[in-house]
Amino acid sequence: MGKYFLRRSIQLVVVAFIISILAFLLVHLLPGDPSVTILGPNDTAQNRAILLKQLGLNKPLWQQYTTWLTAVFHGNLGQSYLNHESVVHILATGFPIDLELIVISQIIAFAVAIPLALFTSRRPNRPVDNVATTGTFGLLALPPFVIAPILVAVFAVGLNWFPATGFVPLTQDPWANLQHMILPSVAITFGSIAVYYRLLRSDLISTLQQDFITMARSKGLSNRRIMWRHAFRPSTFSLLAAAGVNIGGLIAGTFIVEYLFALSGIGFSLVQAVNQRDYLVVQGISLVVALAYVILQFIVDFLFTVVDPRVSRG
Amino acid sequence: MSAVRRTRGRTLEFKDVHDGGGPLLAVEDLHTAFRTTRGTVRAVDGVSFELQAGTTLGIVGESGSGKTVLSRSIMGLLPPHDVLRSGTVHFAGHELTAMKPSELRQVWGAELSMIFQDPMTALNPVKRIGKQITESLLLHLDMDKKEAASTAVELLRSVGIPSPEERVRWYPFQLSGGMRQRVMIAIALACAPRLVLADEPTTGLDVTVQAQILDLLGDLQRERHMAVILVTHDLGVVASRADEIIVMYAGRIVERAPADTLFHDTHMPYTKALMESIPRLADPAGTRLTAIPGRPPDLIHPPKGCRFAPRCPYAQTKCLEAEPPLRTAGSPDHLFACWFPLVNGVSTAPAPVAGNGAAATTLPDGPGDTATATAQAASGGTDAAAPGSGDGPTAGGETEAEA
Repeated sequence: MGKYFLRRSIQLVVVAFIISILAFLLVHLLPGDPSVTILGPNDTAQNRAILLKQLGLNKPLWQQYTTWLTAVFHGNLGQSYLNHESVVHILATGFPIDLELIVISQIIAFAVAIPLALFTSRRPNRPVDNVATTGTFGLLALPPFVIAPILVAVFAVGLNWFPATGFVPLTQDPWANLQHMILPSVAITFGSIAVYYRLLRSDLISTLQQDFITMARSKGLSNRRIMWRHAFRPSTFSLLAAAGVNIGGLIAGTFIVEYLFALSGIGFSLVQAVNQRDYLVVQGISLVVALAYVILQFIVDFLFTVVDPRVSRG
Repeated sequence: MSAVRRTRGRTLEFKDVHDGGGPLLAVEDLHTAFRTTRGTVRAVDGVSFELQAGTTLGIVGESGSGKTVLSRSIMGLLPPHDVLRSGTVHFAGHELTAMKPSELRQVWGAELSMIFQDPMTALNPVKRIGKQITESLLLHLDMDKKEAASTAVELLRSVGIPSPEERVRWYPFQLSGGMRQRVMIAIALACAPRLVLADEPTTGLDVTVQAQILDLLGDLQRERHMAVILVTHDLGVVASRADEIIVMYAGRIVERAPADTLFHDTHMPYTKALMESIPRLADPAGTRLTAIPGRPPDLIHPPKGCRFAPRCPYAQTKCLEAEPPLRTAGSPDHLFACWFPLVNGVSTAPAPVAGNGAAATTLPDGPGDTATATAQAASGGTDAAAPGSGDGPTAGGETEAEA
C-alpha cells in the first residue's frame, strides 16, 4: 500500500512537470504576443522591441521557461502583464469559486443520480425507468449556456429566490455565498447527473444478474439491503472513472457559467488571459489546473482501491 | 445446533418436523416456465416428490434438463417477472408457494438455504468473507456483532478452513476455488437450516477437491440432521451419497427410486445412458465413454411423445406419439416413465428401430386411421411389430389403459 502511494506520488510530480512544459509551449506558439494589448495605439516596431526586451520575451523559449520554472519553485508565479495583478492572487480568489462550483454541482449530481439508478435498475424498462432514462438523455443534450438563462429567468428574475449574478466569499457570509452559488452549480450539474445515472444504472443492471446477488437473496436479505450492501459497490467502477474525467473537465472548464453569472473563477480568467496573450497568467493557471487534475486522478485511483479490494493487491 | 435462537420479530413459527412425522418438503405438480421472445420455455413441467427430514435427495440430469430451475423454484428464488410458476411447495408445514416475499425472507437462509454452483461468482467479490457469513447470522439469529464474528470463525473452522481467525478478513479472490466453496457451505449452514439445496456444488472444482467438498457436506449433514437436495449432472456424485435419486429429462421426472434400486434395477433408458457416460476406473485405458447422441429437446416446443424418444436407442413409433406416464415399478417408491422399460438391463422394446432418426422422419404427419388400425392389431405392443413392417405400434388404446 505504501509503495503504491509512493509510486503514484512520483507520477504526479512528473505529469505536472510535463503539463507545465506543454502549457508553456502552446501559449507561446499562438500567433501574437502581449505587446499588442499593452501598447495599444503606441504599437510601433521600436516600442515593441523595447517592451519585449523589458518583459524578457526576446530570449530563446527554453530560457524563458527555465526562468519561469525557477521562479515557480520560489513560490513566485509572476504577475499579469496588463494589470500587474499577481498570478498567485488571481488563483487565490478564483480557484475557490471553481472548487465550490464543482463540489456543489457534484454533490447534487450524486444525490440525484445514485438513488434514481438504484431505484430504476431493479425494474428496467418499466415506466419510471423509461421516463428517467429518456429524461436524462434530454438533460445531456442541454448545455449549461441554455440551462443557465432559463434558471436565471425562473428562479432569480421570476421567483426571486436566488441572486442572478455576483459572488460573496464563503468566509465572509456562508449563507449568502451558498445563495450565489446554487444557480451556477445547478446549471452545470445536469450533464453530470445524466452521465452518472446512465452509467450506474447499466452497471447495476448487469451486477443484479450476478450469482452473488441471487446468493444474497437466498440468505433472506431485504431488497434494500441487497441494493446498497451488495449491488452498489461493485457497480461503481465506471461511475468512478467517469466522475474522475468529468470533474477534471470542470476544473477551469466552467468559464461559460462563470461568465453568465459574473463569477471571477479561474476558468474565466484563463480564457481572458489566453485572448490577451497574458503568458504568465496562462502558465500559472495551467500549472495549478494540471496539478489539481493529477491530484483528482490520484484520489480517484485511491477510491478504486477502496471500492474494489482486488485493485491494489491483485 | 438444535438450540439456535432465532431473531425476535419473526412472524413464522416452524414446528419441529422430527416429531411431526410428515415430509419436510412436499413438491406437488410444480411447473415453471419462462416467457421469452421466442415463446414459453417450460423448464419444469409437472414435478412432484417428497423429502423426509435429514435425508439426501439427488436430482440428476443433463444441462438443460430443468434441474437448476427446479431447485430455484422450490425455493421461490426466481425473479417474479416473466416467470410462470404453478403447483405447490410445502416446507416444514408451510406452503412456500403461497408466501409473501417478506415471509419467504424469513425462511431463506434460516430454514432453507442454497449452495451455488460456481464459488467464483456466487461470493460478493468486494466483501470480506467474514462479513458475508455474519450477515446471515445477524439477520436470522439473535446474536450481537461480537457473537456473530466468533460464530463466523467457528463456522469457517468447521468447514475445514485453516487459520479461520485470519481468513475472515480475506476477500474471495484471495481464496482458491475449493476454499471458496467451503466458505459458501459455511454461509449456507450458518443458521442451521433444515434443508440445503446444493446446486451442482462441485462442478466448478477440481476432481480431487470435489470428493472433499461432498464428504464435508455429508459430515455436516449428519452432524446437524439436515436434509440435502444434491443437484448434479453426474450420477457418480450422488450414487453413494443420496438416499433417493430423481432423474430429470426435459423438465420432467423420468425415473425416481432409492439410490440402490436405481442402479440395480434401472428402468428408464435415459438413466442407463447417464450411467454409461460415467467414466470408471475399472475400465481399461482407452475405453470410449458412451455419449448420449443428440441434444436435450427444445423446451419451447417439446416433442409430442416421450421427450427422450428422439435420442433413445429403443424408441418405437409409440414412443414418438404418446407421452409415457410416471408409473410404479416393482416397489411403490420406484417410479419411471417409459413405454418399454429396461428389465435387467435389457429393453422390453421390440427390436430397435434401425437408425432412430429414420424412425422420426418416417412418422406419419398425424395419427391417421391406418395407424390406429395397426395399433389395435399390435396392442400389448412388446413383441409384435417386426422391424420394417411399416407402421409400428402407436398410441391407440394403451395410453388410456396406462394413464
